[in-house]
This record gives sequence, C-alpha cells and structure tokens, in this order.
Amino acid sequence: MSEADGLMRLRLPIAVTYNWSAGPNATSHLAGLMEGKLIGKRCPSCSSVYFPARNGVCPKCARILAEDVTVGPKGTITTFCIVNVPFLGQKIKLPYVAAQILLDGADISMQHLIQECEAEDVRIGMRVEPVWKDRSEWGPSMENIEHFRPTGEPDQVMGSESGAS
Amino acid sequence: MGLRDIAIVGTAQRPSEINSTFTSVELLLPIIQEVLTKVGIERQDIGFWCHGSCDYMSGQPFSFVAAVDAIGAWPPIIESHVEADGAFALYEAWVKLQTGEVDVALVFSNGKTTSGPINRILNLQTDPYMVAPLWPGFDVLSALQARACLEAGVVTQRQMAEVAWRSQRDGKNNPFTLSGTEMSVDELLSQPFTVDPLRAHDCAIPVDGANAIILAAGDAARRLAKRPAWIRGIDHRIDTQRLGARSMIESSSATIAAQKAGVGKDRIDVAELHAPYTHQELLLRQAMGLSESTHINPSGGALVANPAMAAGLARFAEAAESVFSGSADRVLAHCTSGPLLQQNLVCVMEGE
Amino acid sequence: MAELCAVVGVGQTKHAACRADVSIAGLVREAVDRALIDANITIADVDAIVIGKAPDMLEGVAMPELWLADALAAHGKPVFRVHTAGSVGGSTAIVAAQHVMAGVHGTVLTIGFEKQSDGNAMWALSVPIPFGMPVHAGAGGYFSPIVRGYIERSGAPKHIGAIVAVKDRTNACKNPYAHLHEPDWTLEKALETPMLWDPIRFIETCPSSDGAMALVIMSEERADKHAGPKAWIHATAMRSEPTAFAGREQISPRAGEMCAEDLWRKAGITNPAKEVDVLEMYVPFAWFEPMWLENLGFAPRNEGWRWVEDGVTDMTGSLPVNPSGGVLSSNPIGASGMLRFGEAALQVMGKAGEHQIAGAKKAVGHAYGGGSQFFAMWLVSSDKP
Repeated sequence: MSEADGLMRLRLPIAVTYNWSAGPNATSHLAGLMEGKLIGKRCPSCSSVYFPARNGVCPKCARILAEDVTVGPKGTITTFCIVNVPFLGQKIKLPYVAAQILLDGADISMQHLIQECEAEDVRIGMRVEPVWKDRSEWGPSMENIEHFRPTGEPDQVMGSESGAS
Repeated sequence: MGLRDIAIVGTAQRPSEINSTFTSVELLLPIIQEVLTKVGIERQDIGFWCHGSCDYMSGQPFSFVAAVDAIGAWPPIIESHVEADGAFALYEAWVKLQTGEVDVALVFSNGKTTSGPINRILNLQTDPYMVAPLWPGFDVLSALQARACLEAGVVTQRQMAEVAWRSQRDGKNNPFTLSGTEMSVDELLSQPFTVDPLRAHDCAIPVDGANAIILAAGDAARRLAKRPAWIRGIDHRIDTQRLGARSMIESSSATIAAQKAGVGKDRIDVAELHAPYTHQELLLRQAMGLSESTHINPSGGALVANPAMAAGLARFAEAAESVFSGSADRVLAHCTSGPLLQQNLVCVMEGE
Repeated sequence: MAELCAVVGVGQTKHAACRADVSIAGLVREAVDRALIDANITIADVDAIVIGKAPDMLEGVAMPELWLADALAAHGKPVFRVHTAGSVGGSTAIVAAQHVMAGVHGTVLTIGFEKQSDGNAMWALSVPIPFGMPVHAGAGGYFSPIVRGYIERSGAPKHIGAIVAVKDRTNACKNPYAHLHEPDWTLEKALETPMLWDPIRFIETCPSSDGAMALVIMSEERADKHAGPKAWIHATAMRSEPTAFAGREQISPRAGEMCAEDLWRKAGITNPAKEVDVLEMYVPFAWFEPMWLENLGFAPRNEGWRWVEDGVTDMTGSLPVNPSGGVLSSNPIGASGMLRFGEAALQVMGKAGEHQIAGAKKAVGHAYGGGSQFFAMWLVSSDKP
C-alpha cells in the first residue's frame, strides 16, 4: 500500500499456476542437454538445421522436423547486446553480454551469455565455445551451459546480412 | 450494397485431450494441414488467416505469436489474431471476405484448457477492482445464475439433468469429445452438488483442443465444396457484466444476435450451442426462440468437451459438417464469451 | 465490396507514467468521450466497437473488453477484440475500418489502450519459459542486437539514435497529450545518457505509459453528410511472418517491405518519399527510425541514417516523422499503434495543433509488433481517392 497524490494504492498480486509442457518434439533436444550434447533438427523440406528447434517445426515450411542433427559445440557471434538494465526475476548479474550465437552446423542463431572476456571486446564474428556447469547440476535445460567464452580462433567473416536471424 | 455469399467449405478438429503434452504449435500444425488437405488447397491459396486464443489459457504473454510457426508464414501472409474464441476469428475472416480483398480464408483456434485452473483463470475476466479480488470463479457465478433461473421457474433441475444426459449420450458418438458417464436422468439427479445448485454434470468438461475452418466466397466456395455451408446471417452482441445490473434469467445479447442473424426466419434443423453449463443451454434456446423441432448439439456440445477459446469454433465445425453431409439444411452455430453468457455470437448457415 | 470510409473523430488521453486519477475503464472512457465529441456523435450512433490492447498480463485482466462493456455503454452492441502484439493498435484500426469497408456497419468506434502502471511490463514481457536460458531482458534485450546489426551493416555513426530521440522528445513538447515533455535535450546531453542495452542508450528507449486512443470511422455515405474535417482511408495493409527461421532478415523484415509495397500499390503511390507528407511510424527504440525508413521504401538501403542526420525527418524536413513525439515520447503499448494511425488522421484533418505539418494532405500510420514480424499500415488523406 502506498500513498501519493492523496490517493491510496493497493497492490494485489495474482497467482495462477500452470503445467507447462515443452512438447514431444523437444524431447531429443532436452535429452541431449542431459548428456552434454547439442541436438538440433533438420527440416525435411528446406534442409535448414534448427537449434533449438522451437516446437520441433520449421516455421517457414510448416513441417515437423524429424531428423536429429548434432551441432556445435563451437559457434560464431552474429550480433549481441550488453545488458545494463535491471528487471524483475533477473537471474544474471549486470552488466552482461547477451549474444546471438550461430552454432557450427546450425542455420539459426540462439541467444546465450558471453563471459570470460571484457564486454567491450565482444564483437560480431567472434568464435565462442560453451562452458558447461558441473555435471551434477545438469537438467533438461540450456542453463546446463554456464556461458560461452571466446575460443581465440580467428573471427568468422559474416555475410552482409549480419544480424540476420 | 449487398453482402457477398460466403460459406464454410472445410473443417478439421483435434480429438479432445486432458493434460496434453503437445504445445499449441504441435496441436495446431497437423490440424491446419488436415483442413487444407480436406479442401484440396495449399497454404499459398489462403488469402487471409485469423487465429483465436487467449494468453491466460497458456500462461504466457504473446502465446499466439508462436502459432504463426504452425502456418508456414513464408512468404509473409495477411494474418490477424483475436484474443477470443476462434468463432470471433471466423467473424473477422467473414468481414475480411466481405471487403472483397480476398476469396479464401483459414481460421483456427486452440485452447490448452487443462494446463491451468480454468475456473480461476476465467475469474480474471471479471471486474478487476470489485469482483476478481473475491475470486468467485465461473462455477460460482454460474451457480448464482442457475439458482436465479430455478427460483424464477425458467428452468428445472430435471430439465438441466436432461440436457446433461442428452449431451453425454450424443457426445459418445463424437470422436472429438471425451465420453461421459452412462447415468440415467434420475441417476444424474441423485448426484451430489458441486456448487449448489450445480452438479458435476451441469458444468462443461475442460479439455485441450484445436480446430481449423476454411471459408470461401462465391464461386470459390462452390469449387471447393460439394455442399458448402453458406453463411446467411452472422452477428454478435454483448451485455453488461455487472451482476446486479442485468437479468440473470435471460440473455438479451443472444436474443439480439439471433434476430440479426435471421434465426427466426425459418426452421433450424440443427443448433450447435456453446453452453458451458446445462441451464445456459436452456436459457439460450429461449433467448433465440429455438423450437422443439431443432436438434440441439448432436455433437454433445461444449458440455462434454470445452476447449476454452476453441469450443465456439468447434460448434461452427460441427454445424457446417451437418450441412456438408446433407443431414441438415439450415443450421445454427453459436459461441459465448465472458461470464453468464455475457457475449454471444450467432450464425445461421444453409446448404443449397 | 470495399466501400470508402473516413476517420471523422479522434480522441486520446493525456498519456502518463501513472494515470492514478482514473481506473482502466476511466482511461478508456476519456479517449472515447473525446473521439465522440470530436465526431459530434453520441455512443447511440455507434454500430460496433472494435477494441485492441497488448497482452492481458500487462494489467492482469483477461479479455478486459468484456468487463469494459459497461464503461463503453456497449450493451446490445457488437464488441470485437483484436490482439496482434505491438502492432495491435494499428491492426485494430484496420479491423474496425474493414467492418465499414465490408458494408457490415456504417459507424464504428475503435479503441486501443494500455494501463501499464497497473502491472509490471518488464515482467509481463519477459516471463521465463522453462528449459530455456534466461538471458532475455525485455523488448530492449530483444531489439538491441538487431540494432547492432543495422549499425554494422549500414556503417551508421553511433550518434544517429540520439538524434532521433532528441527530435522526438522535442516534437513531443508541441503535443499536449504526450507523456514526456522534456524540452531541454541536446545531442550532447543525450549522448551522456547511459547504455541500457548497448548499443541502445537510455534516451533512445520509450517510456512505459498509461494511455488510450479512440477513433470514429464512418462509411462514405455517412461521412459525406458529416460536417468537419475527415481523414479518408485510401489504403490499409497488414503482413505477418514467423519470429525466427533460418536465414531470416531481421533488420529489414520481408513482411514490413511487403506491407508497405501493398499499401503503396493500393493507394497509387509510386514515390513514397515525395508523395507522403507526414509519417507517424512505430519507433520504440530510436534506431528503428532509419531502419523503418529503409524497410518501408522511403530511403534507399543503408541510407536511412543519412536522412536522419540531414534533418529530412524533422518537422521542417521534407518527410516529417513523428511530429507527435512518437512512441519514444508516449508508449501505452496497446494504444501506441493506434496513436500513430490517429495522429496521421489528425494531420490530414488539420487538427494536430502545434505539431501540425502545414498543408499535410497524405499521411501514413505505421505499427509493428512481435519480433518485428507483424506489420500494419494505413494511408489517410484529406481528399477522397
């Protein structure tokens, strides 16, 4: 309860609990993470490899992705931002680099953290690799990867569509 | 200026499930493909897409955004979304077809009604300052309405049980619903109250479901279906939500919508009514002036399978299929939204 | 088949971080009353109401149009709800207009609103999804990498975003309804504001606002009999594409290009930069001004930032963009798109007040939403097509 402008305000939080399912098509991806593997899926129509395969479908072709494909573990930063703004429910200490990473063998980038280097040294085209948490902490989650770090390999030259997907 | 002739030319429904492990996209993708295959067209032939769903059903803001992945929206498409039952998406598609900009539209809806406490979620549709904080839930609100109807002599307990009995009997023959019990009317009447004066069988069974419908105008409709279900009238209206400000024993919005849709112009063979509570079916029949000769909910209705946000569109699918099959000539499809039949959409369709 | 229609009434609220003086219903009603007065009609003259807002979780009310039926005096009328993410204000106005174009109704009231102070927008826009990596940080976290991609691709100098922000904040001072009235910004001061989602600075972000916009749209038959200025709707367009797929161009999405191409074709526009007098564009982060100038076919690829630098988009430039102050100065999410559409209408009606662009005859309203994937546009004019 707070009072300002002569008005009394009540804060009434609403809670509703849901059962959330990742869906059967996400099984191989999540099971792979439990074993430290990055498993994507290939579209039978356009051959693009999705990681992670959201709902196990190719949004372009509206096809169920059937074939599992191991990708990474290394990848290239396609674009990134440095997050400096606090928000409710945030789990990561500020500032942090949230990057779009195109894993080797995948055709679409995914978002993850970049650490073990200064934020200002992160650049588009930088090669990175995952740093996994201790195996005892693993679950069916991308959080098994603590963060990505630079590999020190030469930068990858990105196409003119840097920032694309 | 006259309106165009527009018809439903194909439908597809997913069998109802409880606690489905499929995501909304996984529920929708096969059903969209099924309706396209049935009608014999490709997704590129669709001029307009419209989706009905509700974020609070999935517990996720922008939940409908992912559903675009089920379409294959590439190259980009003309598409819209209603935060409402798919029946309202159908209405938007009908409006779009009336502008003449497109000739074929696909509407779809999904509801994972069992992934959260539906009664509690729907409570969030009520006045956020005065009603919602009391958390009455829809069952309690509907019980208030049922009691008012019983006290006023508008419905009887036996009539309510008869609605439940008939819905369960008919629902058993419908592959898209969950089969109910096999109790007689008397046995139903001996069941305990869940929210007095409502018994369990008076309240719809929440299920997870998805469905899709293709609409087409004029010649396109004649080309795509042997016997299209022509929309002769469609209208929707809303009432006040304030419990103290409206009559609980009638639904004036349903009356107006039915009149505007031309329900009374001729005999209705089949009426698919979206009534989540038994007494509401009885109220709707009175509000729309449906006669005894009209076959109500041969599908079993929402009472035996209520995928929230898809249950109204399911009524359209069922009504249209009865025209496709030739088992009915003039049919009615209805969708309700909000507590106590607050908002009602009515559509009259005919075969040629 | 498609009838002509026009906007005959425009009403909006005073937008603010927290409109504690009104309920959600009061906020909506404030815009509706102003639109009805502007159109010189009463709610009894309205055939149907089309209402839009962004996610219901922003306020914690599911499908609030149901409860708002009372505040809208909608009893016995059709009330229709649209939700297409950030583009919703634009899509809602288009769906409303289509009810008239289709000949279904003669007079339609349309409303977009959001009362963000009733909830927590950053929470509502970043609800964590199980099994994923919680690096997502609101809309800024989503769009900032795309802005970086644009800077890299176009070679734009890093101060372009700040130029846009200062322009929009300065314009907003001429708009009494704008949320932010901050007359003292200079480019130097703007460049001193902190990076929130580097490369996006604080000044380059939109506020979180309470606000509503309402429009009255009439058929040609009724509008012709209607005294006062009108904004004739020459064309509307919508396009959608998936959020993410392999090879997706995120900086200049194809759906945005196609939406604009469709609009220009329907409105008979061959050279948008010359023929459009004023543009109200959905720019929640300043860098999207040059990005959308290119996407919509105004500026050549990688040249949008030069137009910003050269002052083309200033109120005194050849293509004024967001004289109202835009989303950067007021952002009630569900209303933001309709504010663009309504401000475009005000310009051609000659009723934009201090931020009026003299002689504006053709104006465009633009909105986008989701992951730059839902687009809605209309072109309005003081003259019939």
